[in-house]
Amino acid sequence: MSDIIKINKGFDIKISGKAIEKVSSPLVSSYALKPTDYIGIKPKLLVKEGDRVKAGSPVFYSKLNEKILFTSSVSGTIESIKRGDKRAIEEIIILADSTQEYEDFGTDSLASMQRENVVEKLLKSGLWTLIRQRPYSTIPNPEVQPKCIIVKGFDSSPLGADYNFLLKGKGADLQLGVDVLRKLTSGKIHVNVSATQTTCDELLKLENVQINRFEGPHPSGNVSVQIANIDPINKGDIIWYIDAQDLAIIGKLFASGKLEMQKTIALVGPEVKNPQYFNVRFGACVSSIIENNVNTDKNLRYISGNILTGMSISANGYLGTYDNLISVIEEGDYYEFLGWITPGIKKFSLSRTFLSGFCNLLPSKLRKPSQIDTNLHGGKRALVLTGEFEKVLPLDIYPMQLIKACIIEDIDLMEQLGIYEVDAEDFALCEVIDVSKTDIQQIIRNGLELIRKEMGE
Amino acid sequence: MKWVRNLLDNMKPNFQKGGKFPWLHSTFDAFETFAFVPKTTTTSGAHFRDALDMKRTMTMVILALMPALLFGTYNIGFQHFHSINPELSFFEGFWDNLWYGVIKILPIIVVSYVVGLSIEFGFAQWRKHDVNEGFLVTGMLIPMVMPPDVPLWQVALATAFAVVIGKEVFGGTGMNFLNPALLARAFLFFAFPSSMSGDNVWIAEKADAFSGATPLAEMMVGANLPSTSFWDMFLGIMPGSIGETSSIAILLGAAFLLITGIGSWRITLSVFIGGALMGLTFNLFGSNPYTQIPFYYHYVMGGFMFGAVFMATDPVTAAQTNRGKWIYGILIGAMAVLIRVVNPAYPEGMMLAILLLNVFAPLIDYYVVDANIRKRVKRWKIKGGQNV
Repeated sequence: MSDIIKINKGFDIKISGKAIEKVSSPLVSSYALKPTDYIGIKPKLLVKEGDRVKAGSPVFYSKLNEKILFTSSVSGTIESIKRGDKRAIEEIIILADSTQEYEDFGTDSLASMQRENVVEKLLKSGLWTLIRQRPYSTIPNPEVQPKCIIVKGFDSSPLGADYNFLLKGKGADLQLGVDVLRKLTSGKIHVNVSATQTTCDELLKLENVQINRFEGPHPSGNVSVQIANIDPINKGDIIWYIDAQDLAIIGKLFASGKLEMQKTIALVGPEVKNPQYFNVRFGACVSSIIENNVNTDKNLRYISGNILTGMSISANGYLGTYDNLISVIEEGDYYEFLGWITPGIKKFSLSRTFLSGFCNLLPSKLRKPSQIDTNLHGGKRALVLTGEFEKVLPLDIYPMQLIKACIIEDIDLMEQLGIYEVDAEDFALCEVIDVSKTDIQQIIRNGLELIRKEMGE
Repeated sequence: MKWVRNLLDNMKPNFQKGGKFPWLHSTFDAFETFAFVPKTTTTSGAHFRDALDMKRTMTMVILALMPALLFGTYNIGFQHFHSINPELSFFEGFWDNLWYGVIKILPIIVVSYVVGLSIEFGFAQWRKHDVNEGFLVTGMLIPMVMPPDVPLWQVALATAFAVVIGKEVFGGTGMNFLNPALLARAFLFFAFPSSMSGDNVWIAEKADAFSGATPLAEMMVGANLPSTSFWDMFLGIMPGSIGETSSIAILLGAAFLLITGIGSWRITLSVFIGGALMGLTFNLFGSNPYTQIPFYYHYVMGGFMFGAVFMATDPVTAAQTNRGKWIYGILIGAMAVLIRVVNPAYPEGMMLAILLLNVFAPLIDYYVVDANIRKRVKRWKIKGGQNV
């Protein structure tokens, strides 16, 4: 067993509503593909309203790389295509059939396949889109060989799903998935697990991989933090990463030839009555999951993903491709009289200017869950305080300087300060504690997008 | 508090676009957000945020200033009556001393806030920004670094200069490179030296017969040790700027800042280290009495302590990187002692040391960040990277 990699900086936000180990399979009839889930694509539709699709049929492709297909996870009828500003496609909604039909992707033995055959099968089935690359977090170019591939084996974010539970019984699929990845790169396959939480053999007994064990608070589960510790990214380097559950789906495709885009997700958060796991297909409508299971007397925010980085969706919204969490928290749209001067026993703060802040000095196990809502707790101000972001960013990066470089769009400076080594999600905790209430993740994302476009990728 | 909310909600349309006073929007917003934390929710990125905001941050600093301000207020009165009757003990005539101090200091605080906030509101309005809370602290710091007898028009002029030239011309809060409160003091120091230096300004309406020299002034003219004892200086029973005299009151504020995590302990600690290093160096090589005093005398004389805790730590004008903060602090401490001991023109070195290092802070940061960049470039090169 390899040494444990300790992450010292960061913070585990503790809130109530962690999922219990119980899984049910709700009946979902509405599904959607959301081009907005993917960074750096230009969707071009292959279907129109009323068309029939099978599970695995292509629904749209990216104009930037026509080989990258996005496929339906269910068989059914294209119900509607929702467009937003400038007619950008937001959701392609599919009404599912009661019995599923599948496209056949063949069951050729993996051993006999070359890299190009493997790539082709992944592209055709749409599972290629489950792999992402650093830098930029885009879907990778199939022609490129990454220097290594990371398999994300745990989630350190608030109320993150338990991967031991998600991956139960998927050991064979995972191993086959790893063997598929082996065909794609001559570099290492890293399986990153938590030293304290990961106990499942499904991950720990994988062969032909390097198991890396991480210990420490969030963001120890973030890919950037892990890469920085095992194989730092340099300018020009490409690293791919994939979630362990998604990897099992790839394994399953190669075993059965059928596209079973099904995963276990968790419904979590303080406003959920019975937080638990659900088996759903990709892009499932969340309404049947949350129905009768949330505190409806409050104004709620539904988030596909975790509360730090997820996307806000409506109560009838759809699960994001890369998400395995639905978080529900209270909206904070209230005024608070002289709220900035109260002692703050119940307020969430990492600073010790509130009495509750002192509790945060305790390890997360001993802490009481914090109460959070979506209130911004103040107005936007100039960036004034210094030295705070460094406490929650376990990377050798000067956060304030990088943020400012992104704001002034100085590409050279961004590069020098290490923009390739980060992703917007790494700055989520900085954003949470920022006194100036700046939307830091968006700033970093804009910086990355600026560079990506400048580089023509 | 429903009625306050209703009142504000009724007034609000007047200050919005299409209302009667849209040009007063920032002002209304400042008062509204003072009364109520707004109901704005997150729209991008993390869905929840820390309860700490700029208002609370600045309030914490003001709370930390309170012990020094209260002591300073009392000390104005005590020093005044003490100059008339040198036999007076510190707690004799407590209420008279306090009342005299309040009468002296209140107008200075009012002038500083009124002038500074008017300018801040005006600029915020003009730029269509929200009003930043930074001046709440600056407006309190300015009176505390003034001598008790300073003419009010000079306070007004200095405040206006500091806010306009020191801050707003560079883009407002967060963009300035000189500490505005110190700039106000420096402005008066050079523009009106007669009200900012000498032996006659440090005690309010001093009796003519009384010397009134501060310990720093005594040292400069060649005393072996100040006539005030170390402990009196530590407690703050000596003439000086309003808020700077009492080390113990300032240390109480420092403890508060460090516990709440608002002040940078790195800067405060390193200023003390820098002062000690320079003091000890003088002890080794110095030849006159001033060079021979123990280094900790420098801490309690003049504005060293106040500067280390409240001035050098201003996050906007200090070095911004953690490593840079150490260098910045040590240099401030060392420069302050150096200017005091070596420069014959100015008895006090702290103000100039901090302003000087304010100017150099970006350069310090530049080299600290550059080291990080070099490390990265080196890693790229080892890996055979091109175009770096």
